[in-house]
Amino acid sequence: MRRKSDRLLIKGGRIVNDDQSFHADIYMEDGLIKQIGDNLIVPGGVKTIEANGKMVIPGGIDIHTHFQMPYRGTTTVDDFAQGSKAALAGGTTMIVDHVIPEPGSSLLEAYDQWRQWADEKACCDYSLHVDVTHWDDSVKQELDNLIKEKGVNSFQVYMAYKDYYQMSNSELYEVFTFLAERGGIAQIHAENGEIIAKEQGRMLQMGITGPEGHVLSRPEELEAEAVFRAVTIASQTNCPLYVTRVMSKSAADIISQARKKGNVVFGEPITASLGTDGTHYWSKNWAKAASFVTSPPLSPDPTTPDYLNTLLASGDLSVTGSAHCTFSVAQKAIGKDDFTQIPEGVNGVEERMVLIWDKAVTTGKMDENMFVAVTSTNAAKILNLYPRKGRIAVGSDADLVIWDTDAVRTITAKTHNSAAEYNVFEGMELRGAPLVVICQGKIVLEDGNLHVTCGVGRFIPCSPFPDFAYKRIKARKQLAVLRAVPRGMYDGPVSEFSMSRGGTPSASARTSPTKQPVRNLHQSGFSLAGNAIPTHPTRKNISVLFLLCFAVY
Amino acid sequence: QSFYADVYVEDGIIKQVGENLAVPGGVKVIEANGRMIIPGGIDVNTCLMKSYLGTQPVDDFLQGTKAALAGGTTMIMDHVTPQPGDSLLEAFERWQEAADKKACCDYSLHVDIPQWNENVKDELELLAQDKGINSFQLYMAYKDLYQMTDAQLYEAFSFLKQLGAVVLVHAENGDLIAQEQRKILEMGITGPEGHPLSRPEELEAEAVFRAITLGNRVNCPVYITKVMSKSAADTITQARRKGSVVFGEPITASLATDGSHYWSKNWAKAAAYVTSPPLSPDPTTPDHLHTLLACGDLQVVGSAHCAYSTSQKAIGKEDFTLIPEGTNGVEERMGFVWDKAVAMGKMDENQFVAVTSTNAAKIFNLYPRKGRIAAGSDADIVIWDPDSVKTITAKLQQSAAEYNIFEGLECRGGPALVMSQGRIVYEGGKLQAQQGTGRFLPRKPFPDYAYQRVKCRNQVKSKQGVTRGIYDGPVYDVAPTPKYITPAPSAKTSPTSHQPPPIRNLHQSNFSLSGAQIDDNIPRRSGHRIVAPPGGRSNITSLG
Repeated sequence: MRRKSDRLLIKGGRIVNDDQSFHADIYMEDGLIKQIGDNLIVPGGVKTIEANGKMVIPGGIDIHTHFQMPYRGTTTVDDFAQGSKAALAGGTTMIVDHVIPEPGSSLLEAYDQWRQWADEKACCDYSLHVDVTHWDDSVKQELDNLIKEKGVNSFQVYMAYKDYYQMSNSELYEVFTFLAERGGIAQIHAENGEIIAKEQGRMLQMGITGPEGHVLSRPEELEAEAVFRAVTIASQTNCPLYVTRVMSKSAADIISQARKKGNVVFGEPITASLGTDGTHYWSKNWAKAASFVTSPPLSPDPTTPDYLNTLLASGDLSVTGSAHCTFSVAQKAIGKDDFTQIPEGVNGVEERMVLIWDKAVTTGKMDENMFVAVTSTNAAKILNLYPRKGRIAVGSDADLVIWDTDAVRTITAKTHNSAAEYNVFEGMELRGAPLVVICQGKIVLEDGNLHVTCGVGRFIPCSPFPDFAYKRIKARKQLAVLRAVPRGMYDGPVSEFSMSRGGTPSASARTSPTKQPVRNLHQSGFSLAGNAIPTHPTRKNISVLFLLCFAVY
Repeated sequence: QSFYADVYVEDGIIKQVGENLAVPGGVKVIEANGRMIIPGGIDVNTCLMKSYLGTQPVDDFLQGTKAALAGGTTMIMDHVTPQPGDSLLEAFERWQEAADKKACCDYSLHVDIPQWNENVKDELELLAQDKGINSFQLYMAYKDLYQMTDAQLYEAFSFLKQLGAVVLVHAENGDLIAQEQRKILEMGITGPEGHPLSRPEELEAEAVFRAITLGNRVNCPVYITKVMSKSAADTITQARRKGSVVFGEPITASLATDGSHYWSKNWAKAAAYVTSPPLSPDPTTPDHLHTLLACGDLQVVGSAHCAYSTSQKAIGKEDFTLIPEGTNGVEERMGFVWDKAVAMGKMDENQFVAVTSTNAAKIFNLYPRKGRIAAGSDADIVIWDPDSVKTITAKLQQSAAEYNIFEGLECRGGPALVMSQGRIVYEGGKLQAQQGTGRFLPRKPFPDYAYQRVKCRNQVKSKQGVTRGIYDGPVYDVAPTPKYITPAPSAKTSPTSHQPPPIRNLHQSNFSLSGAQIDDNIPRRSGHRIVAPPGGRSNITSLG
């Protein structure tokens, strides 16, 4: 099997990259694209695939997954084998998973753990983001190590999950500053955790315990607020910002506005926010409602998916992930009496490419080149893997997909490759599907049959300072040098003051400065008033008439 | 509207408005000759007693109100600024006492809340219900001093809403400012230019956005004090478009000058401009703010008058973070709005009255006693001369400060005559103010202008849970770890305790159990047996 598919020729396809489309044949060998052109000279006995004029696109990159994620003693039902299998079935040939260390524990250990899990099981290439769940000096050293030696260039921080992952504004500022110096991408989970905690308390008090409480306590305003704040901090620290899981119109609007003001910010809508909405939280079926629980929540506004697809097409949102993080109904039921306990996550790794094709390309919002950009190329650029990934070119990895634009199929949990019982896209009829998927130069999907091998997935290291984000940042760094005004020393009088400055509002600062002067003022005021009153007529008898005046109000 | 009429004033109150009034003999008659008569201005933001490291502003209630009257402002609203730990009530009484002795015009007070705790609540209730205070200021800046966390702000908003108060917000992101200040001092920038550099307008806009979000969540009117930058003003505009109940208050300084002076070679001059949020270095800011004021996106104009002498400013001669913050503007306020907005054709005279007086009276529940010329209103009246031209200079000002940040600017329009409480206090350039005549005006909570919409929304916005059967399927057994999202009262100490012990437990339990997890595949998959095909009817929900 391996031998046979080492060499591959795709004949008569139309190659679609993010910048152009053209007709050419592709010859692959040893997992790399060796030749592109017409009438290629290839060795004999090569397996040939007739594309018959169909689109050949770079394999998708799902930039956001949570496979095999531990959660309070349980693990998501899709491990790296199951998850990457689903990815391949949907035309995605590379995934980027989030390493989530417990607050207080070592980032490196968590990274090693994730590497081990993925190396054992992944069926496609993968990279890792590392989430920074607490902040201190040892974390800094570990980050340094991860960037320089471990091939990680993107780190997620949280503005939500109060008292757990959440970071204060000052910490965010420090993290961003740190990453900007070392060429990392700051990813942000943007929701205002402080207010969410308050709102959750309020909802539970009102007796709302079902999944609808999840969306009621996390209104999209709080997402937009956090995005706005993150953009501000990133622009102060001159750090490229990447907003994970853009779920609402208002959050997306903030990102487009920021981009229009010149901020280096990327937005990542996920399959769920592009394909469905939050009305299902009110479903009478608890298990169904709970399966939609993710954070930030899906917006109850049904026009959201359409809007996000539009912004994706216009380039205001840059990449798409799936945030695939599946729990079984029994796991979701941990929160059956309290929505704050429901494990968060939805499926989407398999449906991602098809859904965008159906919602954006077949509706005429987006062209096929943009489709390639948002499903694959932009992600590769942000991760600094371009042009190895995300492009069909000589020398690139042989990850590609022959795309069938006419296929129609209905999404259902019965036929999907995830192990979850529910699919949030259940019943949707989607046009477009991968016909053939080639991963590492081997055919993994053909004629509807999936042939995957666990453990063949390689870890692809990402290097810092991706041009896509850092070219502008570097230029700005040189411009943004602040200078003091050279001026002579001020040598005039200086008032006396009590030097108990802000930081410590000590007892003396509070009492002494205010009370003493006040009494003086008060005394002087009294004596002067006495003088003033007799010289003027008293208030009582004054009456005035304005004649022919022009009153305005 | 504007119309021609005579106005008869007696006992400090407007008694009649109309033509051919029947009035008693011996009345003093002022011939207005068709000139504009407008309600006296209300300056919604002054700090005449805001102590800083033991020094008091040079303009106290006497000096400050004299300056106000000279500029056509017949009422001021001063900020009571207690230090953290002080009693709000005591501070309020101190302010009231001082003002009663000295103020030359009517006044009212805002109370600033320097920190949030249980004791404050009782005092706030007392202030709102018995003392006639319906507006309280909260700070999002001044880290470790006045600043409140989002959670505290949420609580404070909720509480003040119950009291029917207007929530004033000083909107700047204090956390980031603290970081930026440190960075800029490290770079060796110690002069006043460090002030705007460490407080860029983005941080103001960010805080405004956050304050509005909080206001929307709590459903509480929000009033942004000192709108200094275009981006902050734009944020307010957008929020109003989306229906938020939010008011914006640009101040004289932001309406008439810009922050380019922070780079002046003259330290004392540069320091005179130091205020927070800082003046924007963008010279198009004043124009933009006037436009928004004219179209109603910003509602009121204050002065944030808080004048310190040069020697007081020099406390921060080696460190810009120590410069006492505050600019002048109580005297120039009305003049500049006229000059830059009305004389330029941006604004009509009625809108001028609205932004300088009427809107303030409405927001703070003094309307129609103040802010209107009508029978029964207070006789705070100004005859406005649209043609007078004067050049602003520190030599001629009423304020005691050595610098005037509007030095040298020419200003068209000014009061020809000012009447406060029915008494002429300013005429033809001469001030005849009487110390101690100013009265404290108590204000009732729940001003209609701010709260009518809020009340309606309260009724509409009640949320309901979904009635569904109880889930009776299998539940995954969780290690009994404490909830991590606990909206407990202990949450207040969150800044320090972000890795409490429970988290280590979580970590351990995860670690051990996740190992066992991998072999656990089959029981979990058994969920299939219980759950009906998705989309179909489920036996989980025993709903009728």
